[in-house]
Amino acid sequence: MSLTTILQHCLTGISLGGAYALIAIGYTMVYGILRLINFAHGDIFMMAGYFMIFAMASFPWQVAIPLVIVGTIVMGVVIERVAYKPLRTAPRMSIMISAIGVSYLLQNLATYLFTAIPRGYPEIPFLKKIFHIGALSASLVTFLTPVLTILLVIFLMLLIKKTKVGMAMRAVSKDFETSQLMGIKINNIISATFVIGSALAAVGSILYFTDRMSVTPFSGTLPGLKCFVAAVFGGIGSIPGAVVGGFVIGIAETLLVAMGYSTFSDAFTFLLLIVMLLFRPTGLFGEKSTDKV
Amino acid sequence: MKKGTKRICSLVLLVLIALLLFWLEANKSGQGMLISILQKSAILAIVAVSMNLLNGFTGLFSLGQAGFMSIGAYITAILTIPVVNLDGVYYMNGVAPWVRALKEGMEAGPSWLQSVYPFLALIVGGLVAAGFAALIGIPVLRLKSDYLAIATLGFSEIIRAIFSSPQMDTITNGSYGLNKVPTFPKFFGLPSLFTPFIIAGVTIALMVLLINSSYGRAFKAIREDEVAAEAMGISLFRHKELSFVVSSFFTAISGGLLAMFMRSIEAKTFSIALTYDILLIVVIGGIGSVSGSVLSAFLVTASKEWWLRFFDQPLTIGGWQVPLFRTGFRMVIFSILLMAVVLFYRRGIMGNSEFSWDGVARLPGRIKGWFSRKRPAHEAAGGDGI
Repeated sequence: MSLTTILQHCLTGISLGGAYALIAIGYTMVYGILRLINFAHGDIFMMAGYFMIFAMASFPWQVAIPLVIVGTIVMGVVIERVAYKPLRTAPRMSIMISAIGVSYLLQNLATYLFTAIPRGYPEIPFLKKIFHIGALSASLVTFLTPVLTILLVIFLMLLIKKTKVGMAMRAVSKDFETSQLMGIKINNIISATFVIGSALAAVGSILYFTDRMSVTPFSGTLPGLKCFVAAVFGGIGSIPGAVVGGFVIGIAETLLVAMGYSTFSDAFTFLLLIVMLLFRPTGLFGEKSTDKV
Repeated sequence: MKKGTKRICSLVLLVLIALLLFWLEANKSGQGMLISILQKSAILAIVAVSMNLLNGFTGLFSLGQAGFMSIGAYITAILTIPVVNLDGVYYMNGVAPWVRALKEGMEAGPSWLQSVYPFLALIVGGLVAAGFAALIGIPVLRLKSDYLAIATLGFSEIIRAIFSSPQMDTITNGSYGLNKVPTFPKFFGLPSLFTPFIIAGVTIALMVLLINSSYGRAFKAIREDEVAAEAMGISLFRHKELSFVVSSFFTAISGGLLAMFMRSIEAKTFSIALTYDILLIVVIGGIGSVSGSVLSAFLVTASKEWWLRFFDQPLTIGGWQVPLFRTGFRMVIFSILLMAVVLFYRRGIMGNSEFSWDGVARLPGRIKGWFSRKRPAHEAAGGDGI
């Protein structure tokens, strides 16, 4: 492989990684606060893809994109209220099964409403414009994704470090009960987490599917699991960690596909997860937590 | 209820099941649908009980069932496909010479041995899966609930990726899958229709014996409180590993049976959705109840494949087209059912209590109780524990 080809693949990988990073943030924030793998997050991302198809059918993209983001946020918050909130005090296994149930429901609902046949993703013309830098060429979305990801993450970090909501989020993720005693409205904070997570999933979905061209009811499952791995890799609860994890997995996957091991690219992600859990269970940037009896 | 009466009741139940099977055997052609549903239910009952052994009794939330089933299914299929059909099955990439040599060697064996091969194939599949589980259990079982779930799910995906990879083309036939798998073998003279039921009965009985042994009590102790169990001198790792290995063994056996049932397998069959389907059965039956899992395996499969089929067809009642009824609606109903059970009726059908004739005897009273809205005295005083 020549250097240009490698760089070209790296560019694709960085772009894919950016979309992964945006989804991984949703996982890491929800896990940080609820200690729950939101199995439905990948399917929320898939549904956002379908929302975009329908929004683009009747509106120009300037209207469609905000609509999709709002729709996804509403869906995320409703899922939290209906499926996770009643189980706050239930055993961990129940709430996980509930999350799996939501994922199962969203997949089956999408199959029912939109059939399992892949649907073409609408093209936003200016995103698909081809650019050349030296010998490299890629569409605008490939360049835009990492930039947008970094910008959103900086914005999110500011939100968490500087605002009152952000402070409350950090408090809740440290200690659920104490923060409740301090007068933080837990349910609002959890909803806010889902708002942020879903909005980022919607943006990620637009960037991801613009490159992929089609959506099926099952196209959220694997990216969802991979992004969870990205979140674990970077250290669950840490936003920069999730971003780094997303980029690492995106680049590694693209390079593996380029080398002809496409069937193993999914397997590699899970191998990475298991190796990581064995040697550094807290992830790259995760904080150590000790269990007390 | 007296012990003697209970024994008679159980005996009557067994005789009734046997009679039903003989009747099905006699009316094979007319009852094809019923037979296939019952067989599939029996196969899923095995995997549901073995998932329950892990999730319900040991408290290890594992989602790797589909992967272990695929190990069992592929090994059983490769070992049982007749040599004459090999070229037809592997028409794209040819078959690996050692697989062919092994199978030719097997067919050269004495005929009494040949009639046992399908069972041996099932057991070999189970043993390979168990060995594999023992290997991955060492790192994975150190993880806590969510991480364990995602790691086992990951392993199941890795297994699937390996089976469908082009590098395995001459063994697993890559993404084309294997077909022409022979159906269930005869069970020592009994017709082949009986085989899945007998194997299901035996494997589930073995798991019940394990659960009721001292090991089973240790599993339950680990489920309730790991730290306390360890303080009581239970080796966490050894028991978790045992539970994981045994569960994988039986999961693989049910996978092998599934291959015989479906006659053809491909890697896609064993995706995450299969694990979710089994989880649905376990949750509806009640996490921590073997009889609940068995009952719900039959109920869920029957409603999925038969009773609720009508959800998928457009329905017109008196000229009025019922809305919503079309392909896929059935699965939506099932997912809503799963959510409803988790949210509002976490016990499932059986909770964590087991089937008993006392419970059956109480049933009419309880049903009456639902209508009169007054709880019968004996149920309020304890009934079956939650």
